[in-house]
Amino acid sequence: MDVLKENVMKMTIISKCCLLNMILAAPLVFATEHEIIQLDKKFNVQEITIKPGDSIKFKNKEKDITHNVFSLGPKNAFELKSQLPGQESKVEFKEPGTTEVECAIHQTMKLKVTVKK
Amino acid sequence: MAIFLVFAIIFVTSNFTLKAESSLSELQSQYQRPSSIPYLETNKHSKAREELGKHLFFDPRLSGSKVMSCATCHNPSFSWADGLPKGVGHGHLKLGRKTPTILNLAWTEKLMWDGRFNQLEGQVLGPIGSEAEMNMSLQGPEGLAEVVKGIKGYKNMFKKAYPGEEITPELIAKAVAVYERGIVSEEAPFDHWLKGDQKAISQEAKDGFMLFNDKAKCASCHSGWRFTDDSFHDIGVKDEDIGRGKFLKLTSQQHAFKTSSLRNIDQRGPYMHNGSEKTLEDVVEFYNKGGNAKRESLSEMIKPLNLSNNEKKSLVAFLHTLTSNDKPVTLPILPR
Ligand code: HEC
Ligand code: HEC
Ligand SMILES: [Cu+2]
Repeated sequence: MDVLKENVMKMTIISKCCLLNMILAAPLVFATEHEIIQLDKKFNVQEITIKPGDSIKFKNKEKDITHNVFSLGPKNAFELKSQLPGQESKVEFKEPGTTEVECAIHQTMKLKVTVKK
Repeated sequence: MAIFLVFAIIFVTSNFTLKAESSLSELQSQYQRPSSIPYLETNKHSKAREELGKHLFFDPRLSGSKVMSCATCHNPSFSWADGLPKGVGHGHLKLGRKTPTILNLAWTEKLMWDGRFNQLEGQVLGPIGSEAEMNMSLQGPEGLAEVVKGIKGYKNMFKKAYPGEEITPELIAKAVAVYERGIVSEEAPFDHWLKGDQKAISQEAKDGFMLFNDKAKCASCHSGWRFTDDSFHDIGVKDEDIGRGKFLKLTSQQHAFKTSSLRNIDQRGPYMHNGSEKTLEDVVEFYNKGGNAKRESLSEMIKPLNLSNNEKKSLVAFLHTLTSNDKPVTLPILPR
């Protein structure tokens, strides 16, 4: 019982600290995480505009189909490993500019990411 | 109690057939043929362009040896391919891969087994200029444009098809692409079944269609009316050729090749990019085993299928219903 109480207290302290941190840091960092869904061999949007330092979480919501998201740039080139149904991966976009994101497997899957201050 | 059970069973089974029917029609709707052919905004269709493109497609004077045309390998008598395990090029030398069909390509952006060319317009000069294929120079006095300009009949045809435009290799490619876009397989028994003719295909083939979409999971890749989503996979064909992996260094693209269309497929054996599977029965057996090569790049969608002999037969029966009875192609009389 006591252990539990102690834990709860610790958690409230931690979360208070976090909140404080977030409030203090917000004007400095302000990084947002965006979500892009892969379903029916399509991205749920074809274009997205984000801020430098933001990240995109690519989520495979298919029943059977594997995807393999990558980008040759021109800015922020990256490659993810094959994603099985249910898997997700996060990519940070640091540099301002555009990034043409594709799926190596499905040629119809295209997403244009614009990174702008 | 007994009566209740009977009712329950009737209820469950009737519900089940209802559900099966609706999912069948839902499935069928994913395979409807389109009503028109896409052309590029920068290279629209006209009768004159299509005619010109057809002449060029069948003209061996577009090759260095003057004996090889596009149709030498993409032969309409063999479903626009050559019926060989691997193509045969300039000087009768064997090419590295099988000649694919050019049926129904207006709907595809990335071309070749490895997707290295974009759009039909962007592909034509590849085989013409390739030393292994048509071995024609694209520049200079003996080059493609000069040869075509030197044939009087072509000058007039170009004037009608592309008024005011200079004859260049790129314009020649555009004309050939207009012709290729029009090469479309007609309705097959499978399409007549979709339209409601229950007798158009056998019960065995209908079972095969369900297997294709369900247990055998062929439709994860061979989807839509052309029976391909144009996706690139390593399906476990044993070969040194790493396909798309040559220029895309991702693991999933090592040994990856483009998913083939299955329209008129029974006219195009032997199968796969290297002609390694002789018959459709062999292909089904290949998938049933989960491919022939276990590698890191093997698609997660390729796994042993545990099909019974009857199920394999149904799948093959279904594949045969995708062949249309197309009108024979007439050959053009070439200008001199
Ligand atoms: C010597 C035989 C040969 C000749 C001649 C030839 N091709 Fe091909 N063609 C092939 C082979 C082999 C491939 C596949 C090569 C690869 O993927 O690496 C191919 C691929 C293609 C593709 C891609 C098909 C797809 O599904 O992606 C098109 C389109 C095509 N050829 C059109 C043409 C045209 C147009 C000509 C004439 C200008 C021509 N070919 C001449 C053998 C030939
Ligand atoms: C993971 C995607 C995928 C699945 C699932 C799949 N295929 Fe394929 N199929 C391909 C690819 C890719 C090729 C070309 C491979 C090569 O030549 O290396 C191909 C080739 C073929 C060919 C030969 C085509 C030709 O022109 O040579 C046939 C026939 C075929 N598949 C039928 C089937 C059937 C039937 C099933 C289900 C049992 C199936 N496929 C499941 C991707 C797939
Ligand atoms: Cu994909």
